[in-house]
Amino acid sequence: MKLLLNIFIAFFRSGMLGFGGGPSAIPLVYKEVVETFKWMDDQQFSDVLALGNTLPGPINTKMAGYIGYRVGGLLGMVTALIASIVPTVILMLILLTSFNQYKDNSKVQGMTDAVVPIVGVMLGVLTWQFFKKSKDGLGWKMGVILLVGCYIFIEVVHIHPGIVIGFLLIAALITPDKKNNKSQVERKGNGQ
Amino acid sequence: MIYIHLFLAFLIPGIVGYGGGPASIPLIEHEVVSRYEWMTTSEFSEVLALGNALPGPIATKMAGYIGFEIGGVFGAVVAIFSTVAPSLFLMIVLLRILYRYKDTPKVKRLSKIVLPAVTILMGTLALDFFQTSFSVNGLWETLFIAVICLLLLEKWKVHPAFVIVGGLAFGALFLS
Repeated sequence: MKLLLNIFIAFFRSGMLGFGGGPSAIPLVYKEVVETFKWMDDQQFSDVLALGNTLPGPINTKMAGYIGYRVGGLLGMVTALIASIVPTVILMLILLTSFNQYKDNSKVQGMTDAVVPIVGVMLGVLTWQFFKKSKDGLGWKMGVILLVGCYIFIEVVHIHPGIVIGFLLIAALITPDKKNNKSQVERKGNGQ
Repeated sequence: MIYIHLFLAFLIPGIVGYGGGPASIPLIEHEVVSRYEWMTTSEFSEVLALGNALPGPIATKMAGYIGFEIGGVFGAVVAIFSTVAPSLFLMIVLLRILYRYKDTPKVKRLSKIVLPAVTILMGTLALDFFQTSFSVNGLWETLFIAVICLLLLEKWKVHPAFVIVGGLAFGALFLS
């Protein structure tokens, strides 16, 4: 019972203090899991994080669910998930429903309108970050080819983005390894 | 039927959304706005903006709220479940296998190769928002807000929650 309570506290705190989506809450999860409650050491945590990143889906809930499962079994998993999801969803519901009640008020309408370009800028910044990551991860040539290819398939031919991404994943798995091995060895060498 | 649609709408972003919650935003938008037409771009932006102003993982906040709007409490549960469960299940089941192969180029390549697709999706979504803003706020107002917001976020590193609250105040005073 004490354990479940601790799991709840750990993921409630890291969820409520983590603004800006899952990835920004990772350092907070780290602080709870490794430093406060010492459920894992540094190496274990970074392994779980690295593997979580190779799988799809929101990172925060994957971490919460997995760590909860490892520390407290199935019940631990459910506790961790509830702690990280439910409080923030309830906040969201309260805020948005009270917002919508005054929808016809011109001030509220002005607020809604003003927020549209702000979200545009935030998404633009994210776009730029993903663009840089594509360039760093795949190199200029491959990055640009895939960017153009994705643009054509998603925006011009209108193939469902899920199918395009699924196709890319399959391509990554069936392409034979070639010089990637080299950079792999180099990176390992640097790390040691 | 509505629950099946909710399940499918959030299942796909959860499965193909590599790179954490924010990467799945364009995919959620695709399902919610373009495919099932539960919301307009403008309504979606309101949810996204307030979601960004609040703490916690963004994907599940979006799923919870949209699910609730469409199908009540059960709708929220369905949407959150389909966002979280498949990838978590994969993680628990595959972790041991993946652990063995985590340093192979193939597994490393998996998370890189989807980046261009996410870039394109995110970029078009950003443009959608600017277009909506041109038509509701006008060109100069949009540029004004966008430039100030960009400076605040990137140059002066103001916390996004404050930028959104500031934007709400600005809208209430000058855009009403």
